This record gives sequence, structure tokens and C-alpha cells, in this order.
Amino acid sequence: MTPQPVFNATTLADPLPLDSGEVLHGVSIAYETYGELAADKGNAILLCHALTGDQFVASKHPVTGKPGWWERMVGPGKPIDTNRFHVICANVIGSCMGSTGPAAIGPDGKPYAMSFPVITIRDMVRGLAGLLDQMEIERLHAVVGGSMGGMQALSMAANFPERAGRVLAIATTARHSAQNIAFHEVGRQSIMADPNWAEGDYYASGKTPDAGLAVARMAAHITYLSEEGLTEKFGRRLQDRSEKTFGFDADFQIESYLRYQGSGFTRRFDANSYLYITRAMDYFDIAEEHGGLLADAFAGTTARFCLVSFDSDWLYPTAESRHVVHALNAAGAPVSFVELSAPFGHDSFLLDVPALDRVVRGFLDD
Amino acid sequence: MTEADRSSLRPDLAVILDHVEPGSRALDVGCGDGVLMAAMRDQRGVDARGIEIDPVCVERCVARGLSVVQGDADRDLGFYPDGAFDYAILSQTLQTAERPDRMLRELLRVGRRAFVSFPNFAYWRMRWALLSKGRMPVTRHLPVTWYETQNIHHVTVKDFEALADDLDIAISNRWFFTKGREVGDSGANWRAEYALFEVRRSG
Repeated sequence: MTPQPVFNATTLADPLPLDSGEVLHGVSIAYETYGELAADKGNAILLCHALTGDQFVASKHPVTGKPGWWERMVGPGKPIDTNRFHVICANVIGSCMGSTGPAAIGPDGKPYAMSFPVITIRDMVRGLAGLLDQMEIERLHAVVGGSMGGMQALSMAANFPERAGRVLAIATTARHSAQNIAFHEVGRQSIMADPNWAEGDYYASGKTPDAGLAVARMAAHITYLSEEGLTEKFGRRLQDRSEKTFGFDADFQIESYLRYQGSGFTRRFDANSYLYITRAMDYFDIAEEHGGLLADAFAGTTARFCLVSFDSDWLYPTAESRHVVHALNAAGAPVSFVELSAPFGHDSFLLDVPALDRVVRGFLDD
Repeated sequence: MTEADRSSLRPDLAVILDHVEPGSRALDVGCGDGVLMAAMRDQRGVDARGIEIDPVCVERCVARGLSVVQGDADRDLGFYPDGAFDYAILSQTLQTAERPDRMLRELLRVGRRAFVSFPNFAYWRMRWALLSKGRMPVTRHLPVTWYETQNIHHVTVKDFEALADDLDIAISNRWFFTKGREVGDSGANWRAEYALFEVRRSG
């Protein structure tokens, strides 16, 4: 990772109690906002980012210089219309874009590294709720998120039932499956097998476990795409050559693409953050937090819900969204659900799917 | 919605709208683009929920601010708790259900009462078409050929009444329609193009 830029951030006044039983003090939450907050503070939308996302939802990324990760959805006149709504997006705790995580300086004046406590999705949401407290925003117009962001949105509905009037959870799940955990474990083992990882204590050495992190990203990236999408985009086409080399260079376009994705990722993401956040996702099971029955988790909710899945998403397939919908039905909560057809796999929520734009706009507008 | 909009509702839907209690809870099974749900919400203050199989329809419902779940009534009704609604509504869909008898039972499990409408296959034009041409009728109300139609369980007014009897379901109200207008009870099994029943659990 390159040296950290300066982020807009606030330090939570109160210590943050964690599911592990530990407590984090002096928690920093870095965030961006878009659009004006109404005088009655009733037009705030909290956007929750995914595993490797950040607060730069609709503005240039300070490290990569690339556009925000959801610029097609968020902005003036866009489905999440910043002419109407005050959009807040905060970096989750455990991450590495200005919020407290393993790369942050701990109480002993050194980076936490592996002394950072293991966190959960609910802990991330506690951090976000702390941010809203400091902004004196009691009730959100909506909480919105895709993938891990959707987990946070559902977790907020379950654990802070008064906090949001609408919950929009896209391409997500209420629990991590064995297959989800398995892919994450591959990523973590890849990082930890890199000699530069050094038990997580690499911040001073200047030698970061880039090879391990890149492989973790490559494996994960495959799960974000669909086989159909991969075949269409790459097929068996060769990369800048007309013949196979009979070696182990990136002969195929797909190999070259994954290597590029992997190495690009290491320039903007901290390997230890990857370990901590994937762990949080693997621990995620809202029903387990509420006595085993998912419907009970939503018993006290005051929100309207909308869930969206994509037919080509095999990471968090439609059945996972339906599982949440059935629990919400059982809890008597008003819920909409639609499975959209899109060829891009799990990443569909970030890409050009006009039907998603219409659903998002319609759900937030009414 | 203005009175003019009400008259643009399909006649069976307009009758349902007139008869739901204000402020009640209703589940519209096969709600289409949500026209009845929106009318019930806006004119009667009904807390309306829907199930619809077509994603494009669901999208339109969501854009109308309605709570609609994309799903298959044959499969998904089972996920609603007992007595969750004052009304379950099934319009022009019974004849497409895998098992209409089970569907009726399910409607009256999740709803205290149900509105059920269906095309009457004993309508005289149908009888005449079958008798005179010897082929499955294709009519104005049911314009699809036998091999394309989703209507897999052809039902008549008398059949429905017999089924209700078998299932111990009480019929509280019935309405009949032909050419988009309400017609009287007499000879309904001959004269009605389609029928709407309000039913409830007996006892």
C-alpha cells in the first residue's frame, strides 16, 4: 500500500464494545457525504460498502484516481439522487481507508496488526451507528448496501430496528455459507503463506505480502463473475500472442486479467484488513445472533424492505435472498423482492443493469 | 385515484376494492402490476402486500411504493404465517394453480377471508364452441390456444361451489361478469364469462 492520504474522519466519543467481548477505544470512522442534509435530518441515506469497497462511492478514489465505485447509481439525478438525499458512506472498521483497522496505530503507539480484535458485521454496524449518533441523525430515510454492504443493512435492521425507514439489500445473504467461508479461507491462507506477511507484523518492514494478497484477490474475483460472463469476455483467447508459449506466463487473457486485478488490488488494500473483514463476513449469521430463528431477528423492525438478487450470482444466490424474504414475511414486515436477470454474476450490482436502477429509484422515492 | 380510475379497474377488481374493509391487511396473490393493491392502499387505507411471478411487474410495483415479492404462489404462500391477513386475493389465477384445492386452503390459512375470481368454463359461448366445432374454445376472455394456455384446471361456477362445499369453505358473496359488466345470479353457470367469490373458513 502507498502512504495513506488524509481522510475526512471523526473519532467516536464512546468506546465501541465488540461481539468478541473486547472494546475498541478512540475509534476513527472515515466517511464521505454527498448532497445536502435537510433541516429535519430526514433525508439521510447510509450506503454500506462491500468487502474491498470504501467511502468513495461517488468521488474519485484518492489512491487509484478511479471514479467512485457506485457513481452510476449515486449522484445528482441518479437513482440515489443527491439532489434529494444526503448520502453518507463510511469506511467500515477493520478496513484501511481511514477508519480504525489493523493498520491503524494502536494504544502502544504501533500499528495494531494482529493485535486488532476480531470484529463482526454487527461491530461494523455499531461503528456506523456511532457515526450517525455523532451526526445526530436518529432515523435514516434508508440504509442501502450490496454484498457485504447488504449484510450491514440487514444487520442494522435487526440490531437497530428504529434506525432506518427503508432497508435495501442487494445481492446479499443473512449468513455465510460453507462455500462462502471456503473461498475466504483460500484467500486468507494465501496471504498468511506469503513470507512477507510475517505474522501480520509487516508495517514497519516496508515489505508487504503483495503476492499473497494478489492471489487472494484473484480467487475472490472469480467468485464475483459468472461463467457466462467470463466466457463471453475472455473465452480461451490468448493475451497479445498468437501461440501458446508452453510455459507459465499469462498465455490466456483471463490469466492476464486476474493478475492485473490482483496486483492492482495490493496498491490500495491492506492484507491484514482483508483477513479481518473476510473473518467478519464468515462469522455473519443474523439468525444465530437472535436465538436461531431469522424471523425473530426482524420481529421489532419498523422498516420497509427491498431485496434484490441476480440470476447469475452464484456467490449469494437468489435462494439466500428468498430465505431473508420468507423470514421478513413471517415477521410481518413489508418486503419487496425481485430477482433480476443480468449476465455479470455477483458484480451485477455494480454494473449496468437498468432494471436495478429502476428498482432502487422506485423503492427510495416513494 | 379518481372515480374515473376506479372504473378503469377490471370489474372484478373494482368489486373487490368496494368490499375490502378500510384499514385491513390484504395479500394479493398474482398482483400483476399492482393496480388493485395501489387502489386499495390509496382509497381504502389497506396495508396491501403482493406476490407476483413476473419480475417486470414486480419492478413496476416497487416503483409504485408497493411491497411485492417475486415468487410462485404454489410454492411461496406456505411461508406466510396463519391468519396474517384479513383478505387473501386470487384474481383470475385459480385455474393456473398446480392444485386449486390446496391453493384455496392456503388462501384461507393466511387470510381470514378470500376473494377468488376465475373464468367460467361453462359459459355458454364456451359450451357452444366445444359443441359446434369440437375444439377447445378460444374466446375473447380466454384468447389462448389449449397448448399455450396457463389454465391447466378448467373450472365452472358449479365446480367451484362444489369444491367449496367439499373443503368446508363458506361462500359469503358471489358476483358474475360478462363482457366486462356485472350480471345477475340466475343461470350464472351458463351466462357468466367469469365469477368472483368471497369465501371464508366455515365455523
